[in-house]
Amino acid sequence: MNIQTTAATYAIETRNLNVYYGDFHAVKDVNLRIHKNKITALIGPSGCGKSTVLRCFNRMNDLIPSARIEGDVLFHGKNIYDPDVDPVQVRRRIGMVFQKPNPFPKSIYDNVAWGAKINGFKGDLDALVQESLERAALWNEVKDKLDASGYSLSGGQQQRLCIARALAVKPDIILMDEPTSALDPIASLRIEELMWELAQDVTIIVVTHNMQQAARVSDYTAFFTVTPDRTGYMEEFGETPQIFTTPASKITEDYITGRFG
Amino acid sequence: MSPHASTEMAPDLRKQRRWGETAIHALLFLFATLSILTTAGIVIVLFSQALRFFARPEVNLWAFLTDSAWQPQIDRFGIMVLVIATLITSVIAMIVAIPLGMMIAIYLSEYASPRTRNTLKPILEVLAGIPTVVYGYFALTFMTPLLQGLIGKDVVEIFNVAAAGIVIGILILPLVTSMAEDALSAVPDLLREAAYGLGATRLETALKVVTPAALSGLAAAFIVAVSRAIGETMIVAIAAGAGPRNFDSWSDAFHNLAIFNPFKAAETMTGHIVRISGGDISYESIDYDSLFAIGLTLFLITFALNLISRRVVKRFREVY
Repeated sequence: MNIQTTAATYAIETRNLNVYYGDFHAVKDVNLRIHKNKITALIGPSGCGKSTVLRCFNRMNDLIPSARIEGDVLFHGKNIYDPDVDPVQVRRRIGMVFQKPNPFPKSIYDNVAWGAKINGFKGDLDALVQESLERAALWNEVKDKLDASGYSLSGGQQQRLCIARALAVKPDIILMDEPTSALDPIASLRIEELMWELAQDVTIIVVTHNMQQAARVSDYTAFFTVTPDRTGYMEEFGETPQIFTTPASKITEDYITGRFG
Repeated sequence: MSPHASTEMAPDLRKQRRWGETAIHALLFLFATLSILTTAGIVIVLFSQALRFFARPEVNLWAFLTDSAWQPQIDRFGIMVLVIATLITSVIAMIVAIPLGMMIAIYLSEYASPRTRNTLKPILEVLAGIPTVVYGYFALTFMTPLLQGLIGKDVVEIFNVAAAGIVIGILILPLVTSMAEDALSAVPDLLREAAYGLGATRLETALKVVTPAALSGLAAAFIVAVSRAIGETMIVAIAAGAGPRNFDSWSDAFHNLAIFNPFKAAETMTGHIVRISGGDISYESIDYDSLFAIGLTLFLITFALNLISRRVVKRFREVY
């Protein structure tokens, strides 16, 4: 397969991705292709390296001094770990939503506008803020209090604010690291519905501990697990219905049916 | 069998007396009260002694606040010449310490590796252990000649407030840096990750996210530093000059802004207190009473600074 077709079908892909923290081999030989404008869920037991892999997609692991990455992560046919790639530019194209809602201690408006401003946005900032909040299904709840602190919102609203903030930078891909694990079931459901809507024009990769969530929300699922020496690897990847109904691997089946994890 | 009739013995849930707890509680409360009482005692002494000064026939409050000279020999007690000298040394000290301290703090907290930080911070804190008398002679024998070399011997006097101010800045630098670094490091990593995740550079993250979030801690650092600069005594006593910079009138004082000239000698409030109280001063003298008036002024200035900064911080800080 040549790079042209790869770039057209896949939003991002890894080739023989290995991650080390110091001497510890955290993740080995991950070959994962993320389909464009689809939702891909990364699932697996604790410590299987799914968050580590997620953080390779926008070079967030660079912030951990002991982390070392081998292999390629191809974005538009370009390895983002090449020496001539600027991680700041990568993160402008590949946004991130975190486990715990982490709005800035600024107003709701400034939270959304911040990323666009530092990226040199030269348009109608008010319109961008409104559009981003609308896309994050938060506009109607906050349109009368854009000057209020982001921290005045509920947990679920804060998480949608963080999604709006990521959308305002107009990323191609949004990485979500257990985005609903700090939220109640109703707030979680709203985030899931939102993910569906966003996937029409954004690629979403989501790490989740909640298998029902993965089954409900994702188009593709990658199942990760660990070797006895605690190195994570990808056991199986496929379309979500296939992974959940007819997994090829016994380990996947055991995990999905709740026999371990 | 009814649910209440159990054959087991009911557990003893009655309130227990814990005399040790009570005693420790009382003891700790006593110590807390003691520190407040000590402070109150100091303030009371300051006020009552200062009151004796203002009750003297030679003194009036208006002249105290507005006269352009402090010459006890001829009953001129204009506190402003001392206050302005203190202001100059403190402002110079802050101009040196705040930008430098902030830069070092941002470097240590946002850029340096943990190993670099753990090596550099203790070294910096050693600076804080140097006796101030050493800094005083450093100002007189190193900083003053340096300034004379840079600016000219005809401009810079042997005793001058600039050298003293710069060296006070160096003295408080570790304090500013250490407290500012603590404030920056206390900002949760979640916020840094949020910024990096949006494509922010290290500098943007440090200046636009971490620094605003740490504002209240940073302001506390600056206030402690200003108070320390205002109260610093040994450096100004040695290097700034041994007599108030007096003027016949305020128009003389502001002629060519002579009162603000940093390259001439002047005596600060603390410098004056230490010089007068060092000699054979007698208890009943007006000089003795005047020291408490100066001390009270010092106290009120730092107290006002504290109040103002609390207001300012409350207004601008970002609560996370």
